[in-house]
Amino acid sequence: MTASQIFFLLFASATLVAAYLVVTVRNLIHAALWLVASLLGIASIFVLLDASFMATVEIVLYIGAIAILIVFAVMLTRRVMEDVGPQRTNTWWFGAILAILFFASASTLIWLTQWPTLPEGDVGNTVLILGKSLVDPSKYVVPFEIASVLLIVALIGSIAVALPSKQSE
Amino acid sequence: MIGIVIEALIKSALIAFVLLTAFAYLTFAERKIAALMQVRKGPNRVGPWGLLQPAADGIKLIFKEEVMPAGADKVLFFLAPILTMIPAIVIVAVIPLGPDVELFGRTIRLGITDLNVGLLYILAIASVAVYGIVLAGWSSANKYALLGGLRASAQMISYEIALGLSIIGPIMLAGTLSLQGIVQAQQSSTWYVLWQPLGAMIFLIAGLAELNRAPFDMPEAEQELTAGYFTEYSGMKFSLFFMGEYIKMVAVSAIATTLFFGGYLGPFVDKLPWLGILYFAIKTVGFLFLMIWIRLTLPRLRYDQLMAFGWKVLLPLALFNVVITAVVIVFVG
Amino acid sequence: MAHEWIFIGIILLFGTIFAAVPLVVNTIVAPKKPNVLKNETYECGMETVGDTWIQFKVQYYIFSLVFVIFDVEIVFLFPWAVAYKQLPFFAVVEGVIFIVILAGGLLYAWRKGALDWV
Repeated sequence: MTASQIFFLLFASATLVAAYLVVTVRNLIHAALWLVASLLGIASIFVLLDASFMATVEIVLYIGAIAILIVFAVMLTRRVMEDVGPQRTNTWWFGAILAILFFASASTLIWLTQWPTLPEGDVGNTVLILGKSLVDPSKYVVPFEIASVLLIVALIGSIAVALPSKQSE
Repeated sequence: MIGIVIEALIKSALIAFVLLTAFAYLTFAERKIAALMQVRKGPNRVGPWGLLQPAADGIKLIFKEEVMPAGADKVLFFLAPILTMIPAIVIVAVIPLGPDVELFGRTIRLGITDLNVGLLYILAIASVAVYGIVLAGWSSANKYALLGGLRASAQMISYEIALGLSIIGPIMLAGTLSLQGIVQAQQSSTWYVLWQPLGAMIFLIAGLAELNRAPFDMPEAEQELTAGYFTEYSGMKFSLFFMGEYIKMVAVSAIATTLFFGGYLGPFVDKLPWLGILYFAIKTVGFLFLMIWIRLTLPRLRYDQLMAFGWKVLLPLALFNVVITAVVIVFVG
Repeated sequence: MAHEWIFIGIILLFGTIFAAVPLVVNTIVAPKKPNVLKNETYECGMETVGDTWIQFKVQYYIFSLVFVIFDVEIVFLFPWAVAYKQLPFFAVVEGVIFIVILAGGLLYAWRKGALDWV
């Protein structure tokens, strides 16, 4: 095994363990922190893949923004510390079947697709290439602009849902 | 491979040592400068001119009892100060202290390393720094601590946006995210503070807010929250929070120097690369002095003013700065 | 794996040790005499009333929602800014449109009062 294979096994298993703990730990804040640990594991796998940009974006967006949002949401709920209810609902088998189905279909898709492979070596300045193709009319300019519209829709939606109405105060 | 690991170990040890010393004497300098500005003597008993005061403080703190408040979340209570320290140290890894030098037959970077996504890395580490504070507030089982932690985290995420937007100017001018690249690009033009005065100002203000330093030190406003998120902390855990704050001060000053004030550039650096470290240190110390001066001069903001300033003044200004920079580059070339 | 990240990994390790060692030394050398009164929640002499983990203002949540949106925007702008000098004029306009649309979002949040800390 090469060094990067060993590191991959290390990071991947750490990610899985953390992900398992997210759904089993009772304390919600601890669960949120295990989620952070799991996301950190994914970022380190991106590093192993030589995708520095993706690794840092994973940290900025998922750990630095979305997980913080989750932590705030947990703090907004009552009785974080004393939850003693059952961890399974009556319909857990339905969720399990859905999860297995999704896992099976996703993994077959990944298995069957012919992935384009690049020769090993320097991939060049990926950030520069990404920046150029984001605004290139023949590449991703439409998704890029739609992303901004999507963001603004998300902003308006979240404000409409979360902002307490003036009358209720 | 082994060579790289050894190089990394030596550099990390050196940087850690430098940061520890910088922390110790920064606290001393702050007390001394505060004393001079308020016409008193400041620490002057331990050693000549009180120079051994930081060592005395360190020894005192390590022998202090640690109180673990009843009802605290013990694991997180222990983890929070560590999580505050780690980002403070790790963030300096991408800052170049000088040009490359030849040593023992190999080219050595002055500075830990240089990532091609350096600035994004800095933003990433800065965003992780929120966790230590939020967890300290939450795990203490203390109302002051929780309020302070929440305030601090809401403040940090608010100013992070302005911080991120203010560094887009230098990126556009240099065309790279690597900090070494940005410094070298300033060699051919001039210091970016001349092209980006607004950006530099936004960066400094947002940086102060990100550090929870005066005048943005709402999370630890003594009059309302005793000590904010570290109310329940004592002994070494308390001093780790302290260390984290001061090391982050050094880091923000170093980043401001690199992005806007030419980093290690100065006369004769191309002939004597080691001189770069000296220039870099002088500029960084200048920023540190500025931060201390600001703390001693400006009163604290009210919390709603602070949030309004971040979202309604700094953020639009930072967006405006990006657009203006874009237009100027198109017309000036 | 890029060599630069080995440095990052090692300084991460170093930072962890650097932060943990003083705590360990402290637990060894410091006295330990806890008692009930000492371990009570510090509230300037008053006894603490009720639960600490009470429900918080929704305002914190709204600010972090708006923050997520703008954080995503910044991440999109970074590669655009890197490539900026090598882009044709058309692409520059696209970037400015992207910014203006999101500035519209900011304006909306502002007018709705989502940015007011009441």
